[in-house]
Amino acid sequence: MHNNKYLQEEIIRISGVNPSKCMRCGKCSATCPAYDEMEYHPHQFVNMVECGDIEPLLNSKSLYKCLSCFACIDRCPRGVQPAKVVEAVRLTAIRKQGANHLTADMVPEIVDEDTPQQLLVSAFRKYTK
Amino acid sequence: MQRVGVFVCWCGSNIAGTVDVEAVSEALKSEPGVVFSTNYQYMCSQAGQDMIKQAVKEHNLTGIVVCSCSPRMHEATFRKTAAAAGLNPYMVEIANIREQCSWVHKDMLTGTEKAIILGKAAIAKVNLNAPLIPGESPVTKRALVIGGGIAGIQTALDIADAGFPVDIVEKKPTIGGKMAQLDKTFPTLDCAACILTPKMVDVAQNEKIRIFSYSEVTEVSGFVGNFEVTIKKNARYVKEDICTGCGACVEKCPMKRIPNEFNLGMDNRPAIYIPFAQAVPKVATIDPNACNMLKNGKCGVCSKVCAAGAIDYTQKDEYINEKYGAIVVATGFNPISMDKFDEFAYNQSKDVITSLEFERLTNAAGPSAGKLLRPSDGKHPHTIVFVQCVGSRCESCAEKGKEYCSKICCMYTAKHAMLTRDKYPDTEVYVFYIDVRTPGKNFDEFYRRAVEEYGVKYIKGMVGKVVPEGDKLKVQASDLIANKQLHIDADLVVLAAAIEPDKSARPLATMLTASMDTNDFFTEAHPKLRPVESPTAGVFLSGACQGPKDIPETVSQAGAAASKVIGLLAKDKLTGNPCVANSNELMCNGCSSCANVCPYGAITYEDKEFRMPDRTTKIRRVASVNPAVCQGCGACTVACPSGAMDLKGFANLQIMAEVDAICK
Ligand SMILES: Cc1cc2nc3c(=O)[nH]c(=O)nc-3n(C[C@H](O)[C@H](O)[C@H](O)COP(=O)(O)OP(=O)(O)OC[C@H]3O[C@@H](n4cnc5c(N)ncnc54)[C@H](O)[C@@H]3O)c2cc1C
Ligand code: SF4
Ligand code: SF4
Ligand code: SF4
Ligand code: SF4
Repeated sequence: MHNNKYLQEEIIRISGVNPSKCMRCGKCSATCPAYDEMEYHPHQFVNMVECGDIEPLLNSKSLYKCLSCFACIDRCPRGVQPAKVVEAVRLTAIRKQGANHLTADMVPEIVDEDTPQQLLVSAFRKYTK
Repeated sequence: MQRVGVFVCWCGSNIAGTVDVEAVSEALKSEPGVVFSTNYQYMCSQAGQDMIKQAVKEHNLTGIVVCSCSPRMHEATFRKTAAAAGLNPYMVEIANIREQCSWVHKDMLTGTEKAIILGKAAIAKVNLNAPLIPGESPVTKRALVIGGGIAGIQTALDIADAGFPVDIVEKKPTIGGKMAQLDKTFPTLDCAACILTPKMVDVAQNEKIRIFSYSEVTEVSGFVGNFEVTIKKNARYVKEDICTGCGACVEKCPMKRIPNEFNLGMDNRPAIYIPFAQAVPKVATIDPNACNMLKNGKCGVCSKVCAAGAIDYTQKDEYINEKYGAIVVATGFNPISMDKFDEFAYNQSKDVITSLEFERLTNAAGPSAGKLLRPSDGKHPHTIVFVQCVGSRCESCAEKGKEYCSKICCMYTAKHAMLTRDKYPDTEVYVFYIDVRTPGKNFDEFYRRAVEEYGVKYIKGMVGKVVPEGDKLKVQASDLIANKQLHIDADLVVLAAAIEPDKSARPLATMLTASMDTNDFFTEAHPKLRPVESPTAGVFLSGACQGPKDIPETVSQAGAAASKVIGLLAKDKLTGNPCVANSNELMCNGCSSCANVCPYGAITYEDKEFRMPDRTTKIRRVASVNPAVCQGCGACTVACPSGAMDLKGFANLQIMAEVDAICK
């Protein structure tokens, strides 16, 4: 496992989340509607950030499967806010790539009836920052 | 002028490591009043104490300053030494040069300088000390136990066994508490009623014990050994001494659809009721909010069918005043409300229940006569999901749930799961856990049996949501070890709800001036060394009101509390603390500022005659402190605008002398 201190601190800073508050109950992942689409699940995001194991998250499609529904934030008994961690990793990935991928004219191409609206909204927000 | 002896302790290297003890005893030699100064390795040892006694004799000492650890550690020790040497014990002052000096400083120079200053302050104070003699107060040889669960029952039985009279005040119509509602009990699986009800009968038959059921404590005054308590006996509209508990009234009452609190609302009871067959006292109670006679003056059936003539619709609440030497709090706990936990659909489906409801569902005297049936349709459930830690172990600022582990739920969930598999082997039983916490004698073995012998499926993970769909409960959960999200179609979901202290505990604590933690559990005087005493003298703690506990732990604590009470009641007189407030009547203007701040109600006012300079007499209202009630907190001394109130042993003059010595 690779410990990337710089990225770890960056993600903790952006998200404002203290991953050491997590007690590994798994309620976030029990609640997550996008679970089956994700390679890394909400509790793993928290855990891997806590361990500084960031690269696999940055390169994982899971980042874009999260619906930002915030169910995990609502249910977490320890107030960890996993969705914010996912979001912070996503931001880090985008900043690393230094590009704004999603533009309005790309939407028709990628959208189909299964694409949740929240995903588009949050993708826009992130991609154009 | 006093003749002061100074004794500087090394505390091994604890003090001598950062404080030059030789320099300290040398420097303090020249302080006013000091006639002898020395240092030694362990002042508290026998040799150290002998050294003090010797010096008192040789140098005719009238005051002693020990520069050592915190007075909380050894003030009592050195006071005893002084007394043994013929000095008044209150002529001893401690300069704390360990906790407040050597332990916080790293540098020998600063440490030594500060130790000298602290020593000077103590010398300045002891020069103004006067001998104090503690007062004595008698002990009322009767105990009060508030709460009649297993904790209160055990404490009362043990106190009565030692020969002292005990009163139990229980707010419900019967004693027994939560244990009366349980089915079987871990870890041995004996039936709760079989081991509890004989104890309840013992209580009822014990001549030394009086039970005030359906009653509450409304007022407490006084102090250790001498409490005065008002007990409100709520009107139950049935004469307790006449009712035989035959139940004829219960059978005939037409108002039959009142949710039965003993079965947690899972079935109904009439307006007149006896909570359960073995209730103690076995006396009927009329629910005034449900009885048609009491509400509208129509009905009166129970009075007609009662052969004993026990019904009395005109009964009033009764207030009883009694004196006690000691008070034991045993108010227990309750499961928290599940209203805020929408994700588990507790309020949407009757088949999502709490563990206490599960106890009633499996209890032979419960709403389904002990058959495990779904509350919604009375069918036998084939798949049951148990969820642990519901509302326990949450973050401290969580808007729902508690920060602590409720301690008993891992074990009772294992019990429920095991008993279900034992009685209904065709049932699939899942337990979702974060951790399985089963320390305790034969506890982990018990949990492992549930898994290995009874085939309960323990899954490391949590349930995220429960959605009622048709006659199923769709359970979505995580399995962290398989790294999977699970979807289970369950027939019944059982929530191990966190437990919390009874809601009445907080106002009761205020009445008793007993302290509580932020979760409203009563605080013990010392978490390790004085676990069954409250910091308020004469108030003791028993059972789950002090923290989550199972029955074995509750009973041991209940016995421990009883032995402390017996130790107190066995005394004929109590020695008080002489460091109490007293008011200078010539300066007091009777403004009431002090009485308003005194947390113990120690101050009263009296009208006194005073001779004026012109030889006339004048009657003035002045404060007077009851030294037996005063705890010496000092609040009044700072509240008094005329400087009339002072604390013996901590007089304003003495404190100022210390400050002066430090600032010199
Ligand atoms: C679902 C469940 C299953 C359990 N199973 C087991 C088990 O198998 N084995 C085991 O060892 N433990 C078990 N326990 C734990 C057990 O119930 C407790 O350890 C025990 O009941 C604690 O006793 P207590 O007397 O301190 O409190 P309680 O039983 O709560 O009794 C307190 C009493 O005080 C009364 N009271 C409260 N406030 C006042 C007031 N202000 N004035 C007057 N009276 C008042 C209450 O009405 C009550 O009667 C279980 C608990 C639950 C919730
Ligand atoms: S719900 Fe919260 S505490 Fe539980 S695993 Fe997820 S982040 Fe950790
Ligand atoms: S916010 Fe993302 S990670 Fe959290 S529950 Fe929703 S989809 Fe899952
Ligand atoms: S005892 Fe077990 S189930 Fe109860 S809160 Fe503690 S860990 Fe959770
Ligand atoms: S010292 Fe405290 S307890 Fe004593 S009379 Fe004053 S305020 Fe009351």
